[in-house]
Amino acid sequence: MNAAGFPILSLVTFLPLLGVLVILSVRGEEAVVASNARWTALWTSLVTFALSLVLWFQFDRNSPDFQFVERLDWLPDYGVSYLMGVDGVSVLFVLLSTALTPLCILASWESVQNRVREYMIAFLVLETMMVGMFCALDFMLFYIFFEAVLIPMFLIIGVWGGARRVYAAYKFFLYTFLGSVLMLLAIIAIWYQSGTTSIPEIYEFDIPFAMQVWIFLAFFASFAVKVPMWPVHTWLPDAHVEAPTAGSVILAGVLLKMGAYGFLRFSVPMLPDASQYFAPMIYVLSVVAVVYTSLVALAQQDMKKLIAYSSVAHMGIVTLGIFTFNQQGIEGALFTMLAHGVVSGALFLCVGVLYDREHTREIARYGGVAKIMPAYALVFMLFTMASVALPGTAGFPGEFLVIVGAWAVNPWVALGAATGMVLGACYMLRLYRGVAFGRITRDDLKRLLDLSPREYAVFSPLIVLTLWMGVYPQSFLSFFSATVAQLVAQHQAAISAASRFAGL
Amino acid sequence: MNWTLALPELVLALSGLAILVAGVLPRRDMTFPCTMMVLGAFLLSGAFVLTQPDGMGFGGQYISDAFARFMKVLVLAGAALALLLALDWNRAEGLSRFEYPVLVLFATLGMMVMISANDLMSLYLGLELLSLPLYVMAAFHRDNARSSEAGLKYFVLGALSSGLMLYGMSLVYGFAGTTNFAQLAQVLGGTAPISAGVVVGIVFIITGLCFKVAAVPFHMWTPDVYEGAPTSVVAYFATATKVGAIAAIVRVLAGPFGGAVDQWQQVIVLASIASMILGAFAAIGQTNIKRLMAYSWISHTGFVLMGLAVGTEAGLRGVLIYTPIYLMMSLGAFSVLVAMRRNGHAVENIQDLAGLGRTDPAMALGMAIFMFAMAGIPPLSGFFAKLYVLLPAVEAGFWLMAVVAVLSSVVSAYYYLRVVKVMYFDASTGALDARPSGVSFVLAGTGLFTMFFFLMPAPLLAAARQAVAALIG
Repeated sequence: MNAAGFPILSLVTFLPLLGVLVILSVRGEEAVVASNARWTALWTSLVTFALSLVLWFQFDRNSPDFQFVERLDWLPDYGVSYLMGVDGVSVLFVLLSTALTPLCILASWESVQNRVREYMIAFLVLETMMVGMFCALDFMLFYIFFEAVLIPMFLIIGVWGGARRVYAAYKFFLYTFLGSVLMLLAIIAIWYQSGTTSIPEIYEFDIPFAMQVWIFLAFFASFAVKVPMWPVHTWLPDAHVEAPTAGSVILAGVLLKMGAYGFLRFSVPMLPDASQYFAPMIYVLSVVAVVYTSLVALAQQDMKKLIAYSSVAHMGIVTLGIFTFNQQGIEGALFTMLAHGVVSGALFLCVGVLYDREHTREIARYGGVAKIMPAYALVFMLFTMASVALPGTAGFPGEFLVIVGAWAVNPWVALGAATGMVLGACYMLRLYRGVAFGRITRDDLKRLLDLSPREYAVFSPLIVLTLWMGVYPQSFLSFFSATVAQLVAQHQAAISAASRFAGL
Repeated sequence: MNWTLALPELVLALSGLAILVAGVLPRRDMTFPCTMMVLGAFLLSGAFVLTQPDGMGFGGQYISDAFARFMKVLVLAGAALALLLALDWNRAEGLSRFEYPVLVLFATLGMMVMISANDLMSLYLGLELLSLPLYVMAAFHRDNARSSEAGLKYFVLGALSSGLMLYGMSLVYGFAGTTNFAQLAQVLGGTAPISAGVVVGIVFIITGLCFKVAAVPFHMWTPDVYEGAPTSVVAYFATATKVGAIAAIVRVLAGPFGGAVDQWQQVIVLASIASMILGAFAAIGQTNIKRLMAYSWISHTGFVLMGLAVGTEAGLRGVLIYTPIYLMMSLGAFSVLVAMRRNGHAVENIQDLAGLGRTDPAMALGMAIFMFAMAGIPPLSGFFAKLYVLLPAVEAGFWLMAVVAVLSSVVSAYYYLRVVKVMYFDASTGALDARPSGVSFVLAGTGLFTMFFFLMPAPLLAAARQAVAALIG
């Protein structure tokens, strides 16, 4: 069986669906149904989170292998099985997903008032799909979870979103769908080459270089859209602006990580030669993403849009780190992903707090909020600092490691990434100054109430995490250093084998 | 003579005659009893199909094998559920005539003959027995100009395609010297070059069959007939008849003409690619949901033909898995279309579904499931249908077809999403009338199948494997 003694990953994955069934069975007045749905969703996601903590404690940090593996035959004719397991790369993302979901539900407690039941169902289904995707060790299974995420997210943006929600929902869906159907073809191609869809078995299999190139491009089509990398990032600001607060949190916190996770899980280990071959392209796109979207962020008037563009920039650092193929770079990328998941999620929540009160996200509409809402301003400042990677906060260790890793590959690339950090400080501080400082220009702002107990409950875990990740990153890095070391070693071996053949 | 082999068809034919008499004699409205009797006959015939032994009868005209049984069960199930949907709709529209279930029965009988055909003659007979009731059914709302127009269009174009097919059969007979499938397979499977006459004949036969499955460029009739004919009739057209048409084209191309695969492969590849592209793009501008479903079918045809074009065992298996999954999605979607009535009148614009997510959450959920499934989003059944035809296409190296297939499914996702968008994102313009229990039954059954197919795919896969083994021997 596995270290936990019971099928923990399946439980964590499918437990939210149990909550869905409970919510579906509730009948009665709309207000009663809504309140039942909220509480059921909250408790289900909390229990799921508590259960997923088993992974934190029982995960063997010294082993680079897949752990908690579960296997069932599913489509034996086609060699597809239900194969679940986590390694150092994925385990913390499972925890990130299960941790953010209850916070999202709590954050939508009051802001979502219509069709509460459907909303909570969509979120729980989304949680199942996210967790399942990070746990899947079978290609088909992965693809199913990866794609199925689109359905609840499409509905969340489209039903509970802002004014241009329909446009944003379509754009989100079709962009991502276009990328992933190409990935499906690549998966099928690998399937026929290797005769299996089990990811650990495919790791052992050498794909010819000519084919690697095509498969890499197909994967790239899917993951680059999901990350999102420049120039296919345009769906993200739209989706973020229109999505409800909690939708943005999940989008930034978890869904963006799916693309980078895909690069790390599939492209790099399965296609080492093609990854090496295309790495310069990735560097260029990443640096462009970092610099260009930072400049775009500088010009934004809408708070959510600004944070959305900053996400593209941060994800540029992540892709850069992954394709350095060295220990620091990849560890830094993983850490940045986690930190970004927490920090950008928290920043969207901060915007949500103001939006719930004033129903606008325009920076110019605010000013002097620090005098009216001191506690809120403090929280907001912490996350702003974390976003600009101030040492001592979650943002710093990851970006620092990526730059160290990038320096080893090419100092100019490192310089590009560092420019992004400087620009990041510019736009984030501009945002914070515009909102929190200055004179109180509008009278209606004076009526703003500071954080409510519910909002404290939402923010406090994120604050703790942000500081913990900044002050003692080792407790997170230790999860993935063994796996990353193995990944780097295998990559080096594959590359040197390939160059030896080339020498012959 | 081994006539007991055809027991399912005989039972159905005799009960058809008996029900016709039972419908005429009493002086009161016999629609409901006749419908129930037809459903009973379907059930009985289905039981005989399941227990039918393998064999050949009627001087080699009729064959019973796993493929025939597989397809016949699907046809019978589709026909029965479509008839159930028609019951309430026809009553509400004043089309309650006992002839309707009898026509459905005879059309279904024609399909079963066609599926079991082992000779070009019996294939043609079955096809005509299927087509004639369909022409009448398309024009069943005879006081309605659109319905009459649909019937006439269908008849003229159907007659043309039958004529082409018959001409092709005569060419094949003239140049190959036989109409029997087994002997044709022997003649064409040899090493001797295939004469040009046979090839022309095959192309004519393919033309006729492509007309029946509505593959591009023989698809023009589909949107018009779908739009004009009564919705209850379209529910039958879009489900049971499609299964029958797929069965016929698979039977003919993989059976007698299996040896000439090099000759017809390009034709089918072209038809497949053209159908996928046209089905995806032409549906974007539609406002009538019946026309939308017509174009949706055309793009599904492309996928079915893709499996056929590959021509391998795996490809045919993909077709056979696609068929039941499509049948269920389509039946489910049509159960919603049949339930689209407001203040007693049938409505058929996509916009009429606005706000269904609030006014009838169960039906909206069902329709959303069918739309996402048709778009091919996992884990719904439609994804697996597409997967099982994509796999062999990639394996056999048909990259162009595979890439067109996945890209066209992105385009078609756009219009499937539009239905979901209208139901969930738009404000309601008034609730639809309460849905009849028949609709709820079909909706629940097909919805559960579509949603949870991924849990238990093994039985269907095994049945499809057996059917293909029987087909290509």
